[in-house]
Amino acid sequence: MNNPLFVITNIHELVGIIFIILGVGFDILGCLGLLRLPDVYNRLQATTKCVTLGTCSILLGTFIIKGFGATGFKAILTMVFLLLTTPVAAHALARGAHKSGVKLCDKSVCDKYKDDQDALS
Amino acid sequence: MIMSKIILFIFGFLVWVFLVWPADWQHILVGVAVAGFVAFVTGDMFVRRVHHFKNPSRYFWFLYYVVFFLWECVKANIDVALRVMNPRLPINPGIVKVKTTLKSDTGLTFLANSITLTPGTLCVDIDEEKGYLYIHWIDVRSQDINKATELIVKRFEKVLKRVFE
Repeated sequence: MNNPLFVITNIHELVGIIFIILGVGFDILGCLGLLRLPDVYNRLQATTKCVTLGTCSILLGTFIIKGFGATGFKAILTMVFLLLTTPVAAHALARGAHKSGVKLCDKSVCDKYKDDQDALS
Repeated sequence: MIMSKIILFIFGFLVWVFLVWPADWQHILVGVAVAGFVAFVTGDMFVRRVHHFKNPSRYFWFLYYVVFFLWECVKANIDVALRVMNPRLPINPGIVKVKTTLKSDTGLTFLANSITLTPGTLCVDIDEEKGYLYIHWIDVRSQDINKATELIVKRFEKVLKRVFE
């Protein structure tokens, strides 16, 4: 290897690198959302969506570069687990935050969940 | 009963084989033992409606759902990314209530997961008996329960109904 960074010899390596770069970009946007958005629920929105797709994109790039082998299959399996578990974790965090009394930010327009809980008790 | 154990065994064994991919006979032997044990112990907890697995149209609808869902997921990401990058931070958040007609556990789980991963919506809680979902919406376009149901739930519900109900 003459180039110290990476030598692209095949078209599938180029496509894989593009997917990995896109994935890293989405991950960075997710972190930016975590910093900029006002309250827990909005931050969960940014992190679940951007980080899930970003990480899946990185794994898809890995799969495209490595092909059907030990690494590729592990990448695909990780994608499936990530897509199944991230929303569940976000759901649990949001519900737990609401139950323990974390308020929505001032810009919020409505909170039907709180209304219904108040009506019950 | 025995059918649900066999189905869980097949799932567990496939995951195991993919994990240890260049699978030689030692790996496969351990996989059969572990998947068999897990399926024997927890078989009837996960797979309840065995007859659904015999229906081929459900598999086609599930494939359609996966493709449709990935497309929605990409749209969601671009939407949230644009909101985050915008200097004025155009959000209008709130928790709305929507109703669903799905009844089965798996269907509800998939519905909640899909809602969480699509444009600006995050499932907060679920009321199984009455069929209500509480959803945090980053850009509330309607507080009315029927209008919100139309906007958030309907497109997934149509597909999921054919797969899981």
